[in-house]
Amino acid sequence: MAGPMNRGPRGVKPQVKNPMKIFKRLMAYVFRYYKYHYIAVIALIFVSVLANVKGTLFMKNLIDDYITPFLMTDEPDFMPLANAIKRVAVFYGVGILSTYAYNRIMVNVTQGTLRSLRDDLFAHMERLPIKYFDTHAHGDIMSVYTNDIDTLRQMVSQSIPQVINSGITIVSVFVSMLILSIPLTAVTLAMVAVMILSSKAAAGRSGKYFLEQQANLGAVNGYIEEMMNGQKVVKVFCHEEENKKAFKELNDRLFVSADRANTFANFLGPINAQLGNISYVVCAIVGGALALHHVGGFTLGGLASFLTFNKSFSMPINQVSQQLNAVVMAMAGAQRVFGLLDEKVEEDNGYVTLVNAVEENGQLRESDGRTGRWAWKHTHQADGSVDYVEVRGDVVFNGVDFGYNDDKIVLHDVKLFAEPGQKIAFVGSTGAGKTTITNLINRFYDIQDGKIRYDGININKIKKGDLRRSLGIVLQDTHLFTGTVMENIRFGKLDATDEEVVAAARLANADGFIRRLPDGYDTMLTGDGANLSQGQRQLLAIARAAVADPPVLILDEATSSIDTRTERIVQDGMDKLMNGRTTFVIAHRLSTVRNSDCIMVLEQGRIIERGTHEQLIEEKGRYYQLYTGNSISA
Amino acid sequence: MIQTLLREVKEYKGASIATPLFMILEVLMEMMIPFLMASIIDDGVNAGDINHIYKVGGVMVAAAAIGLLAGMAGGRYGAKASAGLAKNLRETMFNHIQTFSFANIDKYSTAGLVTRLTTDVTNVQNAYQMTLRMFTRAPASLLCAMVMAFRINAKLSSVYLIAVVILGLLLALIMSHATKYFQQAFPKYDDMNASVQENVSAIRVVKAYVREEQETAKFKKASENIYRIFMKAECNLVYNAPLMQFTVYSCILLISWIGAKMIVASTLTTGELMSLLAYCMNILMSLMMLSMVFVMISMSMASIRRISEVLNESSDIENPANPVFEVPDGSIEFRNVDFAYRRDSESPVLKDINLKIHSGEVIGIIGGTGSAKTSLVNLISRLYDVTGGEILVGGRNVKEYDMEALRNQVSVVLQNNVLFSGSIFDNLRWGNQRATKEECKRACRQACADEFIQRFPEGYETHIEQGGSNVSGGQRQRLCIARALLKEPKILILDDSTSAVDTATDARIRQAFREEIPDTTKLIIAQRIESVKDADRIIVMEDGRVDAFGTHDELLRENAIYREVYESQTNGGGDFDEKAGD
Repeated sequence: MAGPMNRGPRGVKPQVKNPMKIFKRLMAYVFRYYKYHYIAVIALIFVSVLANVKGTLFMKNLIDDYITPFLMTDEPDFMPLANAIKRVAVFYGVGILSTYAYNRIMVNVTQGTLRSLRDDLFAHMERLPIKYFDTHAHGDIMSVYTNDIDTLRQMVSQSIPQVINSGITIVSVFVSMLILSIPLTAVTLAMVAVMILSSKAAAGRSGKYFLEQQANLGAVNGYIEEMMNGQKVVKVFCHEEENKKAFKELNDRLFVSADRANTFANFLGPINAQLGNISYVVCAIVGGALALHHVGGFTLGGLASFLTFNKSFSMPINQVSQQLNAVVMAMAGAQRVFGLLDEKVEEDNGYVTLVNAVEENGQLRESDGRTGRWAWKHTHQADGSVDYVEVRGDVVFNGVDFGYNDDKIVLHDVKLFAEPGQKIAFVGSTGAGKTTITNLINRFYDIQDGKIRYDGININKIKKGDLRRSLGIVLQDTHLFTGTVMENIRFGKLDATDEEVVAAARLANADGFIRRLPDGYDTMLTGDGANLSQGQRQLLAIARAAVADPPVLILDEATSSIDTRTERIVQDGMDKLMNGRTTFVIAHRLSTVRNSDCIMVLEQGRIIERGTHEQLIEEKGRYYQLYTGNSISA
Repeated sequence: MIQTLLREVKEYKGASIATPLFMILEVLMEMMIPFLMASIIDDGVNAGDINHIYKVGGVMVAAAAIGLLAGMAGGRYGAKASAGLAKNLRETMFNHIQTFSFANIDKYSTAGLVTRLTTDVTNVQNAYQMTLRMFTRAPASLLCAMVMAFRINAKLSSVYLIAVVILGLLLALIMSHATKYFQQAFPKYDDMNASVQENVSAIRVVKAYVREEQETAKFKKASENIYRIFMKAECNLVYNAPLMQFTVYSCILLISWIGAKMIVASTLTTGELMSLLAYCMNILMSLMMLSMVFVMISMSMASIRRISEVLNESSDIENPANPVFEVPDGSIEFRNVDFAYRRDSESPVLKDINLKIHSGEVIGIIGGTGSAKTSLVNLISRLYDVTGGEILVGGRNVKEYDMEALRNQVSVVLQNNVLFSGSIFDNLRWGNQRATKEECKRACRQACADEFIQRFPEGYETHIEQGGSNVSGGQRQRLCIARALLKEPKILILDDSTSAVDTATDARIRQAFREEIPDTTKLIIAQRIESVKDADRIIVMEDGRVDAFGTHDELLRENAIYREVYESQTNGGGDFDEKAGD
């Protein structure tokens, strides 16, 4: 097993290129909807911090102005003290209210921002070209919605207010300390410097090992995933012992790095807390000496207040340093979120639209209601005159070249004519370009060179939505959505009545099994129709296309092994659907191929033979080889 | 449940005990500081004794230094204990899963097992570290500060006691309220993720039917629901910070007021007042920390449950006490065999199967989906155990054999077969660890895999990606067959293993079997009549029963099902694509 040993690091967070820029953009995003909220939050934090500082300064007054003088008198008057405490209570009250208010507003800001981010992401994603989905791992796209948004949540809701809070606290405490005693402030600053340096050292070591841990974790996860997938094969080959050994090796390595990474991360807490205590002690000693000798009017009360400030000075510094890590993570998340939002959406410069049509005096005219007849409404850009062309399903490819990347052409000079109602079959081995051709008709991908015409109109001129509405598609991998069976079929035509849905299901031979489901048409489907068999899912996909009732159909016959009887039912449904429509079918079945009006044999992106079954058999070329099974396996 | 997990602490017991001890030491040192502070002020500043200040100051620095070392040691051992527990958990779970029978594996989804081994273990690791460090530190700190405060002045300190009780109750109330909403929120969150997932994988359907806007609107609604419920949950948590502030501030003011009076009455000193105020922060912060730890631990409970579920799963197939290691020949006999995937199931998958297969026979098996073809053959190598009757291989009940010996002699090529990342040689040697290159190549020639491997630039050293994604379906199937052949089994079972191989190659593979391994009993499950037609005998399965067992000609004459399938496949119902090769 060489596999797990040379697996590259996985799950390592990519470096953020320009964190400031991303940060600004994120803030701009938050500010777009919540500008005033944010300003209010900053103001409220300010009030809350000031109230706290004011309260701490009270300590000095308490000792110097009330307690110490009282010790001199025999009958102290507690009224001034009571009043002073009441005043501080008011300050505190205001502080508490501000704390509540800014926290409450932040909930709105955070959740609102997340909601609009999610909505924007999804709406944007829906408009991306198919190419994006074909070239990005689905797991990666998903993790933008889950992991990345989650890191942003932490940052927006916790890190940012925390940093603002800490910033204001640091400044106001620093000013207060300066007022109380300059030498003690210097001592505090020196200690803070030591604290920052040592925690930086620990954080640096920890960070290094965390990267190592992530890499090792990736390797362990990869190995687990692979072996859990193949667990039955492991059993059949009695490979358990070897697996245990290989896993132990990876797992032990993960332990070593996790141990180190966590150790250094754990050092941060005591370093900050205890160095903070040492700073406190040093200030107490120096301050005690100062107070004893009344240097610069420094009093016992001043010392009391200062010591409290000393604590509240190192605390926000700790907090900021802890938040920094979260911010860095969030920037990586934000980078991916914005990366998705920056993806170019599908372009659509089409202006020919699909309309319902009626014929009057041999002339087509647009109609408001459903007529069962469709026309292309072609508004000429030059003079604004309007032409109507009936939708018939006439598709022509002329000299089409195509490549998924510009530098690698996979389809060469494809010529193809499909007359209305004709059935065109594509055959050829995997990778010959069958699916690619069907991807071009509905403009999932755009061609590099040549022309595709639909009822005589260049498909680039047709609005994409309208073009796709006129084409039905049944894919090999059936996808169903969470919802009832009824809703899933209605996906094909949103305003279809229940009767229309049932009629479509009948046409697709799906009605029978649907009625046998626990709730019939109202049965809920979840997890991509996991509760249905492969054949049943295909029948639903056919019904979905049937209810849309398009003039042109693209079919990808399933190759998955469903048993002969179910397959026959599916096939029969497909045949009924194809009846009377122009159909492009990626054929896997003999009967489909034989019954086609024209068969295109594809090899390496070129149509190498074309004709009817009889003609091609006569030619004794590649098709003949494929058909008789005497092929040299490719 | 938690005990199951704690058993895995094993060699990290020492670290697990050391961690809380060091944490407590750190807390003790920390708690001395405000106490000593009182002494500095009262006996130093107020008494005018500068030497006392230096002396006590020195002790305080030493205390902080010891605290620092103790804290670091606690961190060190905490990391070791928790990372160690995680390591042991992963290893034990992984090794335990290796003992799972097929029935055990069926219970869990692959994704489910992966999550348990990865995310769930990480959650437990974090929770364990949190427990060892914070869960001792916070209560210890709370307790110490309380004791110290009471030692200074019991009357004043009762203010703290009251505050702690009230704050504790309120925090618990808030947390339980919020948790309730969060628990409602998570399923909604899953729903939303499912909807994203659906749209990502079905984007072609969405675009083909121009449903982008409708789907976006649907998503917006789901997103809005999440917004609402999270707002509710978070709005509860919002009370935490101001409540905490309220308690701290109230304590400070109360202590100041009462304290001032006491100082004047000479029952308290200024220094003591200051250290009491310092303990105030300690006490309330610990309480806050404690409530956070509770939430963290309760959140990891789900992970703990999922892990212990796997650990407590016991394999339902076990090796016999005195196993037989030698399988004499490749004969198979089913005697009144019943089988159900779940013992309590009312309708068994296989009912009263009686079959006798001679050593070296070629047997075809055919039947519709759900007719239990796969279930039938899986019983032979004890991938599942029968629920009734018995199966004999080489004249002995399969339950008497050593499992590994049995499975090496009964080689199954599974329907959903996978290859593993590694070279082709690596993959082939799963069949026989010690196979020479020549033996590997011979097996590949028999499985008609040699021809395409030779055409790879790196031949047999070609790296196979995870799951075999860089070879075609037909190639993968042939490699899997070669791998199974390397075991040199007495019985070879092919479960629909040539469905993606073109008919001509399929025929050549079968020919190779006939010529090269004539003594091996071969069971071939297929959808295509072509693949089983020339078998010695053919089993026709229907709905968990053997509908017929005979030669091709007999069945064609006498069996309706077989005839129907045969006709549908020969009269234009065949598969074009499969002939097109891979």
